[in-house]
Amino acid sequence: MILDGKCPSGPLKDKWDTHRQAMKLVNPANKRKYTVLVVGSGLAGASAAASLGELGYNVEVFCYQDSTRRAHSIAAQGGINAPKNYPNDGDSIFRLFYDTVKGGDFRSREANVYRLATVSSQIIDQCVAQGVPFARDYGGYLVNRSFGGAQVSRTFYARGQTGQQLLLGAYQALSRQVKAGTLSVHPKTEMLDLVVVDGEAKGITVRDLVSGRIDSYAGDAVVLATGGYANVFYLSTNAMGCNVTAAFRAHKRGAFFANPCYTQIHPTCIPVTGTHQSKLTLMSESLRNDGRIWVPKKEGDNRPPREIPESDRDYYLERKYPSFGNLAPRDIASRAAKEVCDEGRGVGQTGYGVYLDFADAIKRLGRKAIEERYGNLFEMYELITAENAYEQPMRIYPAPHYTMGGLWVDYNLESNVPGLFVVGEANFSDHGANRLGASALMQGLADGYFVLPYTIANYLAQTVPGKAGVDHDAFQASTRDVQDRMQTLLSIQGKKTVNEFHRALGNIMWENCGMARSQESLNQALQEIPALRDEFWKNVAVPGQGADLNQELEKALRVADFLEFGELMVHDALNRNESCGGHFRVEYQTEDHEAKRDDENYAYVAAWEFKGVGQRPELHTEPLHFENVELAVRSYK
Amino acid sequence: MNLTLYVWRQGGPRDKGRMERIEATDVSPDMSFLEMLDEVNEKLIREGKEPIAFDHDCREGICGTCGLVINGIPHGPGERSTTCQLHMRHFHDGEVVYIEPWRAKAFPPVKDLVVDRSALDRIIEAGGYVSVGTGRAPEANTVPIPKRDGDQAMDAAECIGCGACVAACPNGSAMLFVGGKVSHLATLPQGKVEAAQRVQNMTGTMLDCGFGNCSNHYECEEVCPKKIDLKFIAQLNREYMKSVFKKK
Repeated sequence: MILDGKCPSGPLKDKWDTHRQAMKLVNPANKRKYTVLVVGSGLAGASAAASLGELGYNVEVFCYQDSTRRAHSIAAQGGINAPKNYPNDGDSIFRLFYDTVKGGDFRSREANVYRLATVSSQIIDQCVAQGVPFARDYGGYLVNRSFGGAQVSRTFYARGQTGQQLLLGAYQALSRQVKAGTLSVHPKTEMLDLVVVDGEAKGITVRDLVSGRIDSYAGDAVVLATGGYANVFYLSTNAMGCNVTAAFRAHKRGAFFANPCYTQIHPTCIPVTGTHQSKLTLMSESLRNDGRIWVPKKEGDNRPPREIPESDRDYYLERKYPSFGNLAPRDIASRAAKEVCDEGRGVGQTGYGVYLDFADAIKRLGRKAIEERYGNLFEMYELITAENAYEQPMRIYPAPHYTMGGLWVDYNLESNVPGLFVVGEANFSDHGANRLGASALMQGLADGYFVLPYTIANYLAQTVPGKAGVDHDAFQASTRDVQDRMQTLLSIQGKKTVNEFHRALGNIMWENCGMARSQESLNQALQEIPALRDEFWKNVAVPGQGADLNQELEKALRVADFLEFGELMVHDALNRNESCGGHFRVEYQTEDHEAKRDDENYAYVAAWEFKGVGQRPELHTEPLHFENVELAVRSYK
Repeated sequence: MNLTLYVWRQGGPRDKGRMERIEATDVSPDMSFLEMLDEVNEKLIREGKEPIAFDHDCREGICGTCGLVINGIPHGPGERSTTCQLHMRHFHDGEVVYIEPWRAKAFPPVKDLVVDRSALDRIIEAGGYVSVGTGRAPEANTVPIPKRDGDQAMDAAECIGCGACVAACPNGSAMLFVGGKVSHLATLPQGKVEAAQRVQNMTGTMLDCGFGNCSNHYECEEVCPKKIDLKFIAQLNREYMKSVFKKK
């Protein structure tokens, strides 16, 4: 099937305005008759829920955390982009649009990205009005810093905790709606199924994580804001609870999953130390504003970093990409780090690390200035490694961080299942094959504050409120399915823990479908994943019962879905016979090891339809048309 | 290294609960405290026992989900760190470690080391926000804000809502938490409009939820992973006083 992204026609800069005029509205008195179920309370979910509540809809919010304020958007460090052009350095909506399309290696939808760039300035206005304490200069005005893939400074930030402050802003807006009575929150409640009635999304089935109760909720539309799937790698910078379950359950109920092979490996994370490790910690990309990345020129040079003279150091990003230097985009910086480590020039005990050095910046600006900019990051680094990064360079290595793929949505952020909307990282729409830094916060809030509230009205206006209640057969069937799956897991009583399976899956994915992929490694993964999945369903140990707080059962349900999802990811990577952005197939590279795209055959979105566990999913495509940018070899030299 | 743990086990809210002795073996100093508990749990599961329930999520010190009282100190002996950022290099071979949940009237127990902190959300819902709907905001640079005020608001806004301050306080007071939010918003021009009503609503809800008042023990600041300054409790008191006069 050829999918239609439903992008409006007309000139790029008028598309969103024209579309807004054309969409249907729900009259103010009718809004409260509609119930919208929002799953996930990160930037996209919280901002969408708050905005829908303000409009007068009846909103129900679900999250697995014990408070909506704890969604993983909270951990975003560096900043949020907007083309305000405050530094007067030549920024514009078109430039942000172009940087994002190019940064995504020409695999995103032009119309979506342009809309994102357009509304992003409004996000900054909204957040300032909410009281988000962005960094300011002595005149009292907002200041910016630079992020990868851009030659202007357009990133707004609140120390190294921008995600936290933006999320608290959205959380507070959401809390205000709780008081106003338009919105209710279901914390510690995890979505385990989507309920589809007559082809439309009309509800969800959830598990109350404290009481263990399985319940269904009916609504007139469902919004998934459930984040990404980087935890398929086991070790990632995501929170422990981040999972693909809600999105994958929707996929099994008919929603197409788009571009799952586009995963972002972030170049600056603290390296792995041992097998006990449960997660990886990011060191913000903003550090690359002042830190210089290097490794020794010679293989096996074990001298302490300060004893290695300038002449024996290789500042490989500055050498290879002189015009972007240390601010090369994430996919490129990660691959370059892997390359030097594979050559045996990596640092630290494992040899999988590179230096991020602040000595020059401290000499130039003084230690105090560096402390002011990155103090909390240096502290975090010291807590974890017991090393002082003011005195010796940080050691960093790439780690799974973000996933550009997600459920397929059209221009209205609606999936192919009518009534199912997907926002934020959970959808695939705006970042193509690689996301630029400080663009995730931008997209999450753009979707939630300024896009979904309009587009969901267009759908609701054409439906009758309260079409199906929880007594409908589809709800009963969904509850039964969920209960059966849970009981099966509890009854296996095997020998291996859930973590052991998750770690094994992570290892398969990282080795075969990680920073570099080949036909051979992917075929290998297609052998190993189903075998591991079979073993899981025969030999997993899930202690306890389903009827109370059971954290092992929660994990088991999530890992069970990752074991199916991982295979989908591999199918997608195997289908895409080109390298682009975060998807690097070793067979397709230029002479100097850069990604080699194949625009003739792969300038499309790959959207997969579920065909059964262990069955090859069916490919549907949405061709990408570039009318406003020229498809070019992505160069940061 | 090997450690002897005494861990609070409680089947559910109605169970009386008890300390249980559990041995932690082969602990690496590079592990975080929660990774140490992960390994203990793996062992318990393999032995067919029920693992220890504890809350955690981001494991990088920002989500505020984790929180254990370790040897009597909320978040343990680390400086400026959450439980997830505490590493085992702070402990030595053979050490006895006591692990308990947050204990406060306003945080009812759920299971083992997990407690219900939804009272903190109720306080924010009472008024911890600026009433500005989506789309109503003026251009961001319309109102310049002195850098000092912006920085001070950020100092107060860094609170991660973990509840360690409450767990450390002999009165089970949440005034550092409330003071952080009240000060954050009252320091900025955007939040000044509703300052009086906000402080009234938030402190009223705080008392309704069963939190105590501050009587200057200063334990809260000591255990706060973000070192939210006590001066924000003073600012809370000032804002409260102002609101009383404003009401009349």
